[in-house]
Amino acid sequence: MALIDLANPTRFRALVDGVLPWLGAATVVAFAFGLERSYFAPDDYQQGATVKIMFIHVPAAWLGMMAWGLMSMAALGTLVWRHPLADVAAKTAAPLGAAFTLLCLVTGSLWGRPMWGTYWVWDARLTSELVLFLMYLGVIALWRTIDDPGRAARAVAVLTLVGALDLPIIKFSVDWWNTLHQPASVFRVGGSTIDASLLAPLFIMALAFTLLFFTLHLAAMRNEIMRRRVRTLLMMQADAAGGH
Amino acid sequence: MSPFAALFVRDFRLAIRVGGGALIGVLFFLIVVTLIPFAMGPDLALLARVGPAILWIGALLASLLTLDRLLAIDHEDGSLDLILTARVALELTVAVKGVAHWLTTGLPLVIATPLLGLLLNLEPAATGAVALTLLVGTPALTFIGLIGAAITVALRRGGLLVAVLVLPLTIPVLIFGVAASNAAIVGPVRFGTPFSILCGLALMSIVVGTFAAAAALRHAME
Repeated sequence: MALIDLANPTRFRALVDGVLPWLGAATVVAFAFGLERSYFAPDDYQQGATVKIMFIHVPAAWLGMMAWGLMSMAALGTLVWRHPLADVAAKTAAPLGAAFTLLCLVTGSLWGRPMWGTYWVWDARLTSELVLFLMYLGVIALWRTIDDPGRAARAVAVLTLVGALDLPIIKFSVDWWNTLHQPASVFRVGGSTIDASLLAPLFIMALAFTLLFFTLHLAAMRNEIMRRRVRTLLMMQADAAGGH
Repeated sequence: MSPFAALFVRDFRLAIRVGGGALIGVLFFLIVVTLIPFAMGPDLALLARVGPAILWIGALLASLLTLDRLLAIDHEDGSLDLILTARVALELTVAVKGVAHWLTTGLPLVIATPLLGLLLNLEPAATGAVALTLLVGTPALTFIGLIGAAITVALRRGGLLVAVLVLPLTIPVLIFGVAASNAAIVGPVRFGTPFSILCGLALMSIVVGTFAAAAALRHAME
C-alpha cells in the first residue's frame, strides 16, 4: 500500500482501527519489558542508581527530536506533494513532541541536581533543547491561531522547516561547544561508550517510547480527521440554516 | 525604473515619513535602554558589564516590534496582493522589502548605539564593538523577522504570536552578538572569532529568511 493510498481518510481510519489495538498492546509489552530491565540494570560506578533516570531522559530526548523530524517530513508532504493527511500528521505530532521535550528537560533537570549540583545551566545542549521546546509551543500556538486548517498547515509547514535547523544544533552541540552535558555516548563515530548492561535497557525503553509515540500519534490523527469532519458538518449545517 | 527599484523607493519613502517606522524604533530602543537601569540600579560598573547585553536586547525588541510595518500594513490596504501579482521573482521582492526595512529601522538603531552606550557607561571600544555587531546582526534580525511576518501576514490578531515565533530563531544571533561584544571588552576570546560566526549567521539568515518568507507568502495568499 503506497503512501498515497493512505491519503483517503476513510481508508486511513480503517487502517488505524485495525492496527491501533496491536500497537497499543506492543507498547504495553515493551514498557513492561523495558521497565523490568531498567529496574534490574546494574548501578553506575559513579552515579549509583541515579543513572537510571537516563532510561527515561534519553528516549524522551530522542522522541522529541524525532517528532520534529516527522513534522518536517509532513511539512514537505504539505508544501511539495499536497498529501491530504500530511497536515493532520504534523498537527497531531506537535503536542506529542512538546510533551516528550518537556519530559526530557524536566528529567534532565532532576538528574542534574544530584549530579551537577544545579537544576539548570545555560550550556549549548540544554539551551538548544529549550529553544526546541519554545518552537514547539510556537507551532502549537500558530495551529490554533489560524482558523482554516489548510492555510494553517502551509504556514506551519514553513515554520517547521526553518525550525528543523535546530535539530543538528542539538545533536552536535556537545561536540561543537564546551558543555557540561555529557558528550555523545550512543550514536558516535567509534561506537557507543555505554556498557551493554545499560545500553540494552536503554534501547528497549527507546523502542517502548517510540511505540507509545506512534500509538498516540495514530489515535490523535484519527481524532483530528473526525474533528475536521465535525467542523465541515457544522459549517454545512450553518450554511443550510442561513439559506432559509 | 525596475520594479525592484520602484518597490524599494516606495518602502523607503513610506518608512521615513512621520508615522513611519524609522524614528519610532529608535525611540523604543531608547526607552528600553532607559528602563533597564531603572530596574537594575545606577551602579555604573554593573551597567558597563551588562551594557552590551542591554543594547542587544533593546535592538532585538525594537526590531521585533516594527515587524508589522514590513508586510501586514501592505496586506491591510491590499497593496501586498498587487505586489504579488507582479511578474518578478517573489524571493527578490521579499528581499528588497527586507533591505528597505533594515535601512529604515535597523540602521537607525545602529546609529543610535553610541549615544545609548554613553547612558550605560560603556567604554568607547565597547561601544564600537557593540555597534559593529549590531551592524551585522540587525540585518539578521530583520530577515528572521521577515519569516514571522510572512507567516502571520493574514492574521488580524497576530500580536505576540509573531514574537513567540521569531524570538527562538533569533537566539543564536543574540548569543553570538553579545559574545562578540564581550570578547572585545574582557576577552579571553579574540573579537574576530564570535564575530565571524555572527557574520555567517547573518548571511545564512538573509538567504533562509528570503526563501522561507517567499514560500510562506505564496502559501498564505493563495
